[in-house]
Amino acid sequence: MSVGIIMLVHTAFDRAEQVARHWSASGCPIVIHADKNVPKKSYAAFIKALSDLPDVRFAKRHRCEWGTWGLVAATQTASKIMLDQFPDVRHVYLASGSCLPLRPVQELIDYLTERPHTDFIESATTADVPWTIGGLDQERFTLRFPFSWRKNRFLFDRYVAFQRAIGFKRRIPNGIVPHMGSQWWCLTRQTLSAILEDPDRQVYDRYFRKVWIPDESYFQTLSRLYSRQIESRSLTLSKFDYQGKPHIFYDDHLQLLRRSDCFVARKIWPFANKLYDAFLNDAAGAMKQTEPNPGKIDRIFAKAVERRVRGRPGLYMQSRFPVEGRENGLTCAQYSVFEGFSDLFENFEPWLARVTGTRVHGHIFAPERAEFSDGQTVMNGALCDSATLRDYNPRAFLASLIWNTRGERQCFQLGPRDTMKKIEWDIAKDPNAQISVISGAWAVPLFKSNKNFSEIRQEAARLQQVESKHLEVLRSTWAKARVRIWTMAEFIEAPMEPLQTIIDEIGKQSQHGLAEVPKMADLTGFGQFLQNLKNQGMHPYLMGDFPVEHRLHEPERGKRKPYLVR
Amino acid sequence: MAYRLRWKRRRLLFRALRKRRQLRLVSDRTGGIAPGDILTFSTVRNEALRLPHFLDHYRNLGVRHFLIVDNDSTDCTREYLAAQADVSLWRTNHSYKLSRFGVDWLTWLQIRYGHGHWCLTVDADEILIYPHHDTRPLPALTEWLESHGRHSFGTLMLDMYPRGPLDAETYRVGEDPFERLCWFDGGNYVIQKKRDLHNLWIQGGVRARRFFADRPERAPTMGKTPLVKWNRRFAYVSSAHSLLPRRLNRVYDEAGGEKLSGILLHTKFLHTVVERAAEEKVRAEHFANSALYDAYYDTLQSAPDLWCERSHRLTSWRQLEAMGLMSKGNWI
Repeated sequence: MSVGIIMLVHTAFDRAEQVARHWSASGCPIVIHADKNVPKKSYAAFIKALSDLPDVRFAKRHRCEWGTWGLVAATQTASKIMLDQFPDVRHVYLASGSCLPLRPVQELIDYLTERPHTDFIESATTADVPWTIGGLDQERFTLRFPFSWRKNRFLFDRYVAFQRAIGFKRRIPNGIVPHMGSQWWCLTRQTLSAILEDPDRQVYDRYFRKVWIPDESYFQTLSRLYSRQIESRSLTLSKFDYQGKPHIFYDDHLQLLRRSDCFVARKIWPFANKLYDAFLNDAAGAMKQTEPNPGKIDRIFAKAVERRVRGRPGLYMQSRFPVEGRENGLTCAQYSVFEGFSDLFENFEPWLARVTGTRVHGHIFAPERAEFSDGQTVMNGALCDSATLRDYNPRAFLASLIWNTRGERQCFQLGPRDTMKKIEWDIAKDPNAQISVISGAWAVPLFKSNKNFSEIRQEAARLQQVESKHLEVLRSTWAKARVRIWTMAEFIEAPMEPLQTIIDEIGKQSQHGLAEVPKMADLTGFGQFLQNLKNQGMHPYLMGDFPVEHRLHEPERGKRKPYLVR
Repeated sequence: MAYRLRWKRRRLLFRALRKRRQLRLVSDRTGGIAPGDILTFSTVRNEALRLPHFLDHYRNLGVRHFLIVDNDSTDCTREYLAAQADVSLWRTNHSYKLSRFGVDWLTWLQIRYGHGHWCLTVDADEILIYPHHDTRPLPALTEWLESHGRHSFGTLMLDMYPRGPLDAETYRVGEDPFERLCWFDGGNYVIQKKRDLHNLWIQGGVRARRFFADRPERAPTMGKTPLVKWNRRFAYVSSAHSLLPRRLNRVYDEAGGEKLSGILLHTKFLHTVVERAAEEKVRAEHFANSALYDAYYDTLQSAPDLWCERSHRLTSWRQLEAMGLMSKGNWI
C-alpha cells in the first residue's frame, strides 16, 4: 500500500463510484471530497453506495468554484486525512471524479515504488510558459481577486483594471517564487506533509486565498520549497483547448488514450460507456513498463486548435466566413492567371497543360459560360459552367474552383472581354494568384477577325479602356498577387524568357529549358492594323510600340529577331 | 437596428401566441419531458413514408421527445404519430404559408415546452449529422457547445439525390434513405452575410445548379440553425434559417477560424417528390411568391436525373468534414 488517492468530486457520482471501486480493488486508500454545492440527498446516497469499501474516507466539504481557493482548501483537508489515517501511504495522487485510470493500478504503484522520493507535479515559473489564457500571468500573483470570474465578470475586470491603474502590487511572502502547473499532481508524503505542517502555512494560505486560480499554483509553488526531487510533469493526461477549457474524451478516443501510455486521463465524458468498460473492466491487460508519453498525441490537439483559430484557408462554409482581410488568402492554393497569352499564341492552353502538367482552363469568366478545361460543363464539386450562376457571386465561384481542385494547380485565362469587373480586385488582392499579362494582346483576335472596321474600332476602344482600368488595379498598392506585365511589343521581342520564368514559377521546371514553344499567331500586318486604328482616331497604346512595317517573324530560339523594336 | 429587431421579435412571438388557437391537441405526452431533455419540433404533412426513419435517427442521437404539428395529412401520418410513446401531436388544417411555413405554430410550442431545453427544429426530410455523430450522441454535443458558451449550432442543408430519374426506384418505409439518395453537390455553394440578422445566407447545391441556374437569386436557402438552447423569448424569423435575437445567428467565425458545425441531409428527392411536385404547385404553400416557382415544379414533375459526373457519393461524415461542408472546429 503505497499510493493514496484523493478524489475531488462534484458531479456524475455513478462514475466517481465506479472509479473509486477500481482504485480500491487494487488496495489504494481513498479520500473523497465532494463539492458543497452537491445536494445533501445525492451526497448521502453517494456515501452509502461506497459504504462497503474499506479505506474510503470523506473529507469535510468546501464550496469549490472554479478559480477560487475552495479547491485548494478541499485538497488540504483531504490530504490531512490521508496522511493521518493511512500511515502506509507514500505517494498521494490527486484525481477528480472525471479522471479515468488508463493502465492497471498496479503499474502505477510499481512505477511510484521505483521512484520513492520523486514528486510528480507540473511546476513552472510564469515567465517560462505560454499557458495562461487571457493575459493574467505574473499579475495573478500580484493583484487581488476577491470577485468571482464566473459570476461577477464585470466586477472582476473592473477591479483588475483599477488595481493596474493605481499600480497596486501585492507583496509575495517570504520571497517564494510563484510556480504554476497542472492541478493534478502526485506528491510524496514527505513533501505534502511539509507543505501542510509548514509553520508559515497561515501566511501562505492567506496570500494564496487572493491569488487568481490558486489550485494551479499553491502546491506547485510550495512543493518547490521542500521537494527533494521534482519531476515537472503531471501523471494525469489532461489537455486544454485554446480557451483554457479541458478537452473531453469520448468513446472514439479509446485508441488515442491507449497510445498515450498515461496512467490517468481527464476529463472523461460521464456517458462514455465504452471507455469506462475498456479501461476499468480489463485490468488484466498486459503490463507495460513504458513511460507515460502524452507527447505522442499532442499533434492531434495542436491541429484542433489550429483548425479552430486559423481554419482552412480558402474555405467558406456555414461556420467559417472570415471578414475581408482575415481570410488568410481568398483561395486555398496557388493558381495562375494568364491574360493575353491565348490571344497571342494559337495553341497556348494545350501547350501549357503539356509543359506544366497543370489544369488549364480557358476564359472561366467569359460572358457566355465558364470555359472549363477540355470543354467540361461541370467541374469538381459540381461547379457549373453557367455564367449567371458564376456572376451571381464570382468570388465564391473562384474560391470554390480552387478549393474543389485542391492538389492540382489551376491555370486560367482572363481578358478584357470577360466579365471581370466584379472579380479583378479579388484576384489582385489574393496572394495565391500569379498573374501574367501581355497587355494589348486583345487586339490580335480583332486583327484576325472578319468584322467591319468601324465595329473593330469601337470594340478596340472598349477593350483598351477595360484593360487599362484593370492594369491600374493590378498595379495598385493593395494588390498582393504576383503580377507580371509585359506590353505586347516587349513580349514578342523575346518571348522565351518570360515564358520560362512563368513555367519555373509554376514549379514544374525541366532542367534544359523549354523543349517546345507555343505557336505565335501570324502578326504580318499587325503594325499596319494598329496604324489604321490610329488613323481612325483610336490610339492603341497598351501593346507598346509596333513599327508599321514588319514581316512575319518566328519566335523560335537561336534565330535572329527579324526586326528590332526601336 | 437592435431596437427594431427587438420589436420584430416581439411581433413574431405575439403572432405565435395568436396562432396557437389553430392547433388542436391530438396526443399530449409532454408530461414525460424531463429537465435537460433534448426536444425535436417539427411540422409535417403526409410524411408517413419518412417518419419511421426520421424518428429512429433522432432517437438514436438522443432526442427524448418529439413535438409535432400535423398540417392536414391525408395519409396515415397522424395515426402513426399518435401511437408513438415519445411524440406529442397537434393538428391543424390552417394554412402552412400563413403560419410562416409552420414556424408560428412551432414557436408557440417552443414557448410552452422548449424553454431551457436544447431544441431541434427540423422538417421530416431533414436528417441532422455532425462530426462524430456516430460515437457521440446529441447530449455530448450540446454539453460541449454549452461549455463553450454557444447556444446555437449551424448547419448546411445538403440536397441528396439518386442517380437516374428521381422516381426510378421506390423507397420503402423504414429503409435508410441514403442508400439511394447517396449523391450530392460538393462545392458549389455561395454565401452572403445578411446585414440585418447577421446570419449567413447560403445558396447553391443541386437545386441551384439544375433549377435556378438562370435566376440564382431565387435559389433556395441552404443554411439552417436547427439546434438552439431555447428561451421562451426566442423566435425563428424565416423557417429555421435565422432567428432572433440575432446573436444566435453567429454560428460562424469571422476571424478565419472554423467553428463546430453540422449538416442536414435533405431527403427531399425520394421518389415521391415527383407526384408531390404536382400537388405542391397547386397548393402553392411552400414559397412566398409561389408563382415564380412553377417552372421548378414543372421540371420536377418530369422526374429529371439530377446526377452529374462531378457528383460526390456520400461515404461518411469524415468525408463531408474533409470536403469542408462541415467542420469539427476544435471538438476532436
